[in-house]
Amino acid sequence: MSGVLAFLRNSWRQLTSMRTALTLLFLLAVAAIPGSVLPQRSVSAENVAGYFRVHPDLAPVLDRLGFFEVFAAPWFAAIYLLLFTSLVGCVVPRLADHVRALLRPPPAAPARFERLPFHTVVEDPETVNFKGWRKLKRELPDGTVTVSAEKGYLKETGNLLFHSSLLVILVGVGIGAQWGWHANRLLVQGPEQAFCNSLQQFDEYGLGPMVDPGDLPPFCLELTGFEASFLDNGIPKWFEAEVNGDRKFRVNHPLRLDGASVYLLGHGYAPILKYTDAAGKSQTTVSPFLPLDGMLTSEGVAAFPDANGSDKAKQMGFEGLYLPTAGMGRSNHPEERDPALMLMAYRGDLGLDVGISESVYQLNKEKLTRLGDAKMLKKGDTWTLDDGSKLEFLGTKQWITISIRHDPGEPIVLAGVALLLVGLPMSLYGKRRRVWLRLNPDGTAEAGGLPRTDYPGFEDEFKKVTQWPRSQTTS
Amino acid sequence: MAALSDNVLITITVLAYLVAMLLHSADYAFGRQSHIAKAAVRERELVGAGGPPVVEKAGGFLIGQEIKPRAKLSMLQIALGATVLAGAAHLATVVTRALAAERMPWGNMYEFVLTVTLLGTLVWLAVAIVKPEVRHLGLFVVLVQVLLTGVAQIVLQKPIGPLVPALDSYWFVIHVASVATASALFLVGFAASLMYLLRSGYDKGKRGGLYPYGRLFANAETVERLSFRMHAFAFPIWTFGVTAGAIWAEAAWGRYWGWDPKETWAFISWIVYAGYLHARATPSISRRAAAWIAVIGWATMLMNLFGVNIFFEGLHSYGGV
Ligand code: HEM
Repeated sequence: MSGVLAFLRNSWRQLTSMRTALTLLFLLAVAAIPGSVLPQRSVSAENVAGYFRVHPDLAPVLDRLGFFEVFAAPWFAAIYLLLFTSLVGCVVPRLADHVRALLRPPPAAPARFERLPFHTVVEDPETVNFKGWRKLKRELPDGTVTVSAEKGYLKETGNLLFHSSLLVILVGVGIGAQWGWHANRLLVQGPEQAFCNSLQQFDEYGLGPMVDPGDLPPFCLELTGFEASFLDNGIPKWFEAEVNGDRKFRVNHPLRLDGASVYLLGHGYAPILKYTDAAGKSQTTVSPFLPLDGMLTSEGVAAFPDANGSDKAKQMGFEGLYLPTAGMGRSNHPEERDPALMLMAYRGDLGLDVGISESVYQLNKEKLTRLGDAKMLKKGDTWTLDDGSKLEFLGTKQWITISIRHDPGEPIVLAGVALLLVGLPMSLYGKRRRVWLRLNPDGTAEAGGLPRTDYPGFEDEFKKVTQWPRSQTTS
Repeated sequence: MAALSDNVLITITVLAYLVAMLLHSADYAFGRQSHIAKAAVRERELVGAGGPPVVEKAGGFLIGQEIKPRAKLSMLQIALGATVLAGAAHLATVVTRALAAERMPWGNMYEFVLTVTLLGTLVWLAVAIVKPEVRHLGLFVVLVQVLLTGVAQIVLQKPIGPLVPALDSYWFVIHVASVATASALFLVGFAASLMYLLRSGYDKGKRGGLYPYGRLFANAETVERLSFRMHAFAFPIWTFGVTAGAIWAEAAWGRYWGWDPKETWAFISWIVYAGYLHARATPSISRRAAAWIAVIGWATMLMNLFGVNIFFEGLHSYGGV
């Protein structure tokens, strides 16, 4: 039994030693490296898929070991949890010691000042200035009077504050992971596309394990305006979106709602197309086209499933490129200076009701027939197809992609970091030192000084304390 | 103004650093008398009669020789003067670039590297003025500056453009200013650690590779303390800079930390430097081991500055190589 206890005690001592802390710190740094070298799911799922394609043998093995989600991998967690255990094991006893040191008066003067790194004979004890020091006067039975003075308690206070704040940060991060959520969506301008905050309305979302879909705060958003300005070379200078008629937000200036923030991530154009079938029945779509390059050459589809009397074999689909400033097969500028739409027409079964949600940005061409060559349409142009039906390019609307997020851990993390930033300089620049003064019964006096941390300036301070010019103390 | 900055001033800057480097090398090669003499005297005072044989050898030919204050400028002073001129040209390069761009000169990698290195020179000159005994360290500092400004001019230079909207934030200004300052301090700290490693290695009898140069440097303890001071000064600024980056990331991307490659390497550097401070504070760990950790720390900083922008794709890629 005592053997087990001894073993446990020994292990604990090992775990809380500085060497172990150092080793764990290094392990953590090394373990983070694959997280930057290999693609990570949390950063880009497409890149992970790409890695699987290029390394079909290696990727599944790496995946099983968690290398595509390093920062959520059990071995990564094991390292930081051990580190934090070691941290607690280190901080708690030091906290107790420090509290004791704060309560205890400065220790009695050593018997022989010559053993101290600094000592001097004091000519005139009246000049010793202990202002700002924590001090205690002791009168010994033989008539000797000693003064013990200590300074620099803030160093250890800062150090403990700093290390504890790391725990606060860890807690904040954990709360964010459990109770945070995010959702992304593409939002086209106009009241038809307005939406309210419910999960079905999102293109993609992630809820923390403790979040119930019903917990999401209620709000509705309608994109009522979007402005962008670009340089002549196409580099964006500025964008701003406006929702619900009066609330503007842009990159770096999210929309802060009650319980969530909305971030502007991207933007593009959605051509408005009107298809009139041979029977004269028309249908209008607004289809967001996704940018392929910085000049907003965009790709997309427009589908008309109800065309031609809802005959499934005669549905209509169009696929192609939108060029805000028409160039040779690509856009020359992201602004709509000379907008053009290059479309290919398809007829047949669009396959929209198969159940599996098809991408709205690509046509499933399995049961579709292409009708002739691609056609270039300018704004307002009408394209008459072989059966007399018409496609009209009416114009475009703006769309934006937004991310809606809530992280309840944020204020905790921020508070932790603030404490850390307070504690760190205190800890790094603080200096603990002690000075003793002894007045001997024969009238002589001496002083000794001990810097308890690396402190090259102590000698000067010691001189200043012990040989304070009289003129300054008489005031 | 742009042409002046991007063609003329940057070239003068790189060449001036090169000249300063050559002068420092010349100081090591020919001008040694003055400072070896000083170092030897200092060491005799410090070590006393029982000093290691190495010291006696270094100062051997000087024992008994009078060291007169020399009226002439030493090679070292000239090298330092050249560094001041290089720093002035460097400052002019950055300022004219900022004026031409009508914004802070931190819009892309080229500008960022120029700013970090400029701060590095300023930090170094401040150290060299306050602590004359470490001036030989200038060789390392200037060597790093030649490499970094040279790479900036030849590989990274980009024409002036406006800030992309994502960079248009005051947190960006705070973030870059603090990260650049911390990097500059780490740079000088790294140079001091390197010098300490060579000097202490030499003192321990190592003679391979670069160690023989160690004999030319200031007292090992002095540079080691300088290195610690630089790192201890830089670490909270670095911490603050990373925090400002996280606050900015929250405003721009909706999350304060997303393990983007740049963030990952900032984390790695932070951990390694925390390791350095721990190692330095642990008596059972040698100062040399701590100095090696500082060298690794600087390697991770370089990895973040160059490697991440070049090798990895991430949100910070708009920095543009
Ligand atoms: C999350 C992990 C940790 C980080 C990031 C960290 C970071 C730091 C930093 C940056 C310092 C320098 C500030 C100063 O010198 O006062 C420091 C000091 C210190 N740390 Fe840690 N630490 C960690 C864990 C630990 C653990 C587990 C221990 C206990 C074994 C520990 C014990 C100490 C001590 C005693 C000092 C003071 C050194 C001195 O005398 O200056 N730390 N820590």
